[in-house]
Amino acid sequence: MRKICLTVVGLLLIMVHAFSQYTAPASGEYKSMNLKLEETNLVTTYYSQTGNHSPVTGGIGTQQLTDFANIIDLKFVKWDIFDHKHSLDFELGVDHHTAASSAYVSKTGASKTGGTRIYPSLSWTKENEAKRSSFGLGLAYSGEYNYHSLGMNMQFSKRSKDNNREFNFKTNIFLDKVTLIEPSEFQPTTSTTVNTVVITTASGGRVTTSGYSASGASSGIPTSPRNTFATSMSLSQVVNQRMQLAVIADGVAQTGYLGLPFHRVYFTDGSVHIEALPETRFKVPLGLRLNYFAGDKLIIRTYYRYYTDSWGIHAHTASIETPFKITPFISVSPFYRYYVQTAAKYFAPYMAHTAADTYYTSNYDYSAFASQTEGVNLRIAPPKGLLGTKHFSMIELRYAHYNQTTELNANNITMNLKFK
Amino acid sequence: MQKKSIVIGLCVMATALSVTSCRPVKAYQKSRINDAEMQLSARKAEKGEMNFQAYREGASGANGGKVGGGCGCN
Repeated sequence: MRKICLTVVGLLLIMVHAFSQYTAPASGEYKSMNLKLEETNLVTTYYSQTGNHSPVTGGIGTQQLTDFANIIDLKFVKWDIFDHKHSLDFELGVDHHTAASSAYVSKTGASKTGGTRIYPSLSWTKENEAKRSSFGLGLAYSGEYNYHSLGMNMQFSKRSKDNNREFNFKTNIFLDKVTLIEPSEFQPTTSTTVNTVVITTASGGRVTTSGYSASGASSGIPTSPRNTFATSMSLSQVVNQRMQLAVIADGVAQTGYLGLPFHRVYFTDGSVHIEALPETRFKVPLGLRLNYFAGDKLIIRTYYRYYTDSWGIHAHTASIETPFKITPFISVSPFYRYYVQTAAKYFAPYMAHTAADTYYTSNYDYSAFASQTEGVNLRIAPPKGLLGTKHFSMIELRYAHYNQTTELNANNITMNLKFK
Repeated sequence: MQKKSIVIGLCVMATALSVTSCRPVKAYQKSRINDAEMQLSARKAEKGEMNFQAYREGASGANGGKVGGGCGCN
């Protein structure tokens, strides 16, 4: 954790230093033929959660969790001889989390509770101003001790002649691998010594490791694939001088191992099982965003989403955010989000499933519940920059409180620093 | 089911009405539309929230965030 904090502070200082050496072109019309750093974003998030329905312990037990995430996002641009703009985006994220329930992967509570996820991504976009279109490709990786993912994406966009309408198409493929770490009682024998745990894998093999460490625990344990194919289409439209909206339609198909191997399910007879879910899932989320600039200082940002999937979940999401401009460069935005979903066909709480069920889970993420998120966003973006540094162009602070009717509560605080 | 169809129908109608009543807006008239707070995408500072919602809720997508792949989320 300390290393991550020091890394973030270090990166921040490097960025301030780097931009202080940069000389901006004299005219905004200048189009560099060389790749140059256009924008840098540093995003730091701290999340903490409490609850009492952990799926690791079959729908009962602590859901205490913290997550500290840091993302650096670098955007480079250049123009080619045909006046096409090329953008190269590099993003690197590092999350460190602690989850109290992870300790109970081992029945004695001896498993490690912390873990780190690293997720770099690279994307390239080519914009053709004459044709008002763009095309892009991207690659992404995400790795943590029990989950690895390789992602690829392609996107295309086209604007109307008057630049008031834009169509976007994006397709994503994720090829993931779930490491099959199962609860300790599913192994024939468990011997726990100082920092040593014997894990029995899904295939019956046994691996001895020093706790569930990020490097050592998953080596030698079999994995199972999870593939995701997603397409997203959106159409945005400027309605008038004060209003614009976007309609978004996604289609997602998932195949492979879609549960998690360390989630327990207790049947009515008291027997314990590993969560079993179908190997396919289709999701259809449909969204609508509508933003309206009321008067000179108030903006109303609204969002609605309808969601349905093949596991029987139907959900509605509605949110409103109202940025109020204290000055042209400082805005305060209170926001509220309401979410409600029906339960998946395969969900039942602790000791409610029976041997007659083909699929079963006691993961409360699939239960019927409603949630509310409320918070505030502060954005400061003075034209002369912050802290006397012209290139330190924006700071955004955001706090959100989240609560579910399942009694899960969470707080999230985010800081975004932008350098241009 | 009927209730759902009504909600979806209303959304489609609202969108259709808004789009068909669009007035052409010239580039010099877009000072409000181009305001940073008017962006139709989610803020970068919202990324953390969208992540934990994708983990803690059954639904995801149609917001520029995660759709189920790339993480151990739903």
